[in-house]
Amino acid sequence: MYDKGKIVIGVILFLALFTIPFWYSQATGEADRKLDLKPPPNGATQCVESAGYMRAKHMDLLNDWRNQVVRGEDRTYVSKLTGETFDKSLTDTCLEQCHTNKSQFCDECHSYLGVKPSCWDCHNIVEEE
Amino acid sequence: MIDKALRGSKKYWLWLGFLATLFAVGAGFYVDQLWHGLGITGMSRDVSWGFYLANFTFFVGVAASGVMLVLPYYLHNQKEFGKITILGEFLAVVACGMCITFVTVDLGRPDRLANLFLHPSPNSILFFDIIVLSGYLLINIVVGWAVLDAEYKGEKPRRWTKPLILLSIPWAASIHTVTAFIYAGLAGRPFWLTAIMAPRFLATAFAAGPALLIIICLILRKYTDFDPGKVAIKKLSTIVTYATIVGFFFLLCEFFTAFYSGAPEHTATLKYLLFAEGGTGLQPYMWAVLFMTVAAIALLVYPKTRYRYDTLAFACFLVFFSIWIDKGLLLVIPGFIPNPLHEFTQYWPTAKELVITFGVWGLGFLVLSLLYKIAISVKLEVGDREIEH
Amino acid sequence: MELTRREFLKMAGFASAGVVVAASAGSLLAGCSPVAKSADGSLKGKQLAMLIVPSRCEEGCDECIRACHLNHNVPNLANKKHEIKWIWQTEFQHAFPEYMENELLKERMEGVPFLVLCNHCANPPCVRACPTKATFKREDGAVMMDYHRCIGCRFCVAACPYGARSFNFEDPRNGLDKSKINPNFPTRTKGVVEKCNFCTELNLYGGDLPYCVQACIKKKGSQEASALVFGDLADEHSVIHTALEHLQKEEKLIPLRRKEIAGTQPKVYYLV
Repeated sequence: MYDKGKIVIGVILFLALFTIPFWYSQATGEADRKLDLKPPPNGATQCVESAGYMRAKHMDLLNDWRNQVVRGEDRTYVSKLTGETFDKSLTDTCLEQCHTNKSQFCDECHSYLGVKPSCWDCHNIVEEE
Repeated sequence: MIDKALRGSKKYWLWLGFLATLFAVGAGFYVDQLWHGLGITGMSRDVSWGFYLANFTFFVGVAASGVMLVLPYYLHNQKEFGKITILGEFLAVVACGMCITFVTVDLGRPDRLANLFLHPSPNSILFFDIIVLSGYLLINIVVGWAVLDAEYKGEKPRRWTKPLILLSIPWAASIHTVTAFIYAGLAGRPFWLTAIMAPRFLATAFAAGPALLIIICLILRKYTDFDPGKVAIKKLSTIVTYATIVGFFFLLCEFFTAFYSGAPEHTATLKYLLFAEGGTGLQPYMWAVLFMTVAAIALLVYPKTRYRYDTLAFACFLVFFSIWIDKGLLLVIPGFIPNPLHEFTQYWPTAKELVITFGVWGLGFLVLSLLYKIAISVKLEVGDREIEH
Repeated sequence: MELTRREFLKMAGFASAGVVVAASAGSLLAGCSPVAKSADGSLKGKQLAMLIVPSRCEEGCDECIRACHLNHNVPNLANKKHEIKWIWQTEFQHAFPEYMENELLKERMEGVPFLVLCNHCANPPCVRACPTKATFKREDGAVMMDYHRCIGCRFCVAACPYGARSFNFEDPRNGLDKSKINPNFPTRTKGVVEKCNFCTELNLYGGDLPYCVQACIKKKGSQEASALVFGDLADEHSVIHTALEHLQKEEKLIPLRRKEIAGTQPKVYYLV
């Protein structure tokens, strides 16, 4: 094979870069980080939907709420789980009623996964300490 | 055929390198704009569209001008245009691409570009503009490539190219009409609210585009073995002459309506441009355009200067440059001066804005150079064989 | 038959084009109208409007502007070219440039402050211009902004005959005092357009009034003395009808609108 040396070096370099997601966090120690989610301080255990549903779909749910509220539709949300009604508002329903500890719940999981929701570029919340 | 673009002289690679550098620097400053916002430009609350959209408006015209080669060749069998229709089609592709790039660069939230497709709004002219621009780009690249490829292989072009080419003719008129409608449909901007906007756009497009093509043909004739042919250039120069005269006439019509009627809404902006009432920013450019146009018309109308390639090139440069200034600086920006409250805010592009604009030019001309290299290489290789169409 | 590379690319191209067209056509058929509908009829109003009585404005007063801009986190930026303003004060000949050549009127209106803001037109050219329906007309007449959807093309800014719209040329938080931000209303990001929203975030159907109106009532002591009146023109019990009756019959004022010739049917009336 021509240029064997260059090719072998190139292949090794490529494999190293390609597998970065697998070994980088191990190398920097990030992989040892544990997820430490704190439950709502008021002791509430039931969200608007089940925990599994929320874990998978809370982004879609909030997006739907946002589109519906901003563009003028019904502000009332009916829970599929309990039938209870809620106001479609992240601040007034989610953050004010239960998850007053946003940095220990929402932010903790988001930063663990490397997710940066852009909501906070505009929306201001005053967090309770 | 793409391999033809990858082989060239040192001058060719230097030219490409220059354009690529222009693009890279522009792209770098665009990142700055993404980070800090459109505030790095000279635009303001009052003059909210600036140099980017000025160039967009101008290049839509250049794109439309491809039809000036297609129409005589395919509809009227003017065989002399056969050699250079591909140049017109490729220029249309690049010009459309530059337009779309300029609009994207001008957006405040380009990350939300998909909203244009997720929430189509036929009430908005911009919706139609996107459709016609992308459509024209696709038609020309597909047809241009197919016809060139057929020529390369020594075959007749495939049958489906004919209806598409015929479609491209009214489509060319539509891209510029729709772009003119962006401006001409706004009751709140009296400088733009004129029925002659679309005709003006078309006339100046058919002057500036072929003028650019003539300059390109003369450059190609000088630096490569490709000769577009005396007759083709002569016919193109006739088109440029008539179009420049008509475009100038339309401008004078605007002057008449405004100044003879004396209606303040219509005279305010022209008084700003011509007599610097409200600010001196653009007055020199308005008069420069008037002089350049008259000079160009003089050179073009007189046969001796129209036939000689050096005076023709100069006249075409005058036409291209004056229309670039007129359609851009003197049409888009003055629409905002004075503002709806009759206040005067000046506008001038910032250095960063200019660098980003030239970056888009660099990208456009880079792609154009690559496409032209392919087209010319094919044509030189294949020779002067007449291809049936 | 063997599938060639060229044929595969052709198919892939057509397939993706087909998907884009189908998706757009679907969205198109689903939501064409720029007027938003309310599903449960929760919006009770039909034609929100505002009256401005310039003669009642006191010299040097800007309470309405400050109330609006403070509560809506409107920034105060160093670079005046990037200025954002939802409501501001100007002179008669700038609010009504169509009367610019009328010396008698100008003399009569000399020194009278004229407040200008978004007119929430019944036939809004900005809504028509918007390519993403980020600005849309609500059922009750308010012209709304969806900051999540705006792509910042500024076509609406060009279309507005009143210069009511502002574009965020830089991060608005550059011009906001962190200690004074209203947490109940979002700031915006750079790259979107904003304007007066008739305070639709408040409970307008439950007794709330726009901040500017509230500020004027507070300053002048009562609704009857206020320079700003807000209500639903379609509701005959609304305070706006009482005010119109009084202002026209007793004070003999006439309801002027800006730039009638544009055909926009603005809903802000100036009683002069």
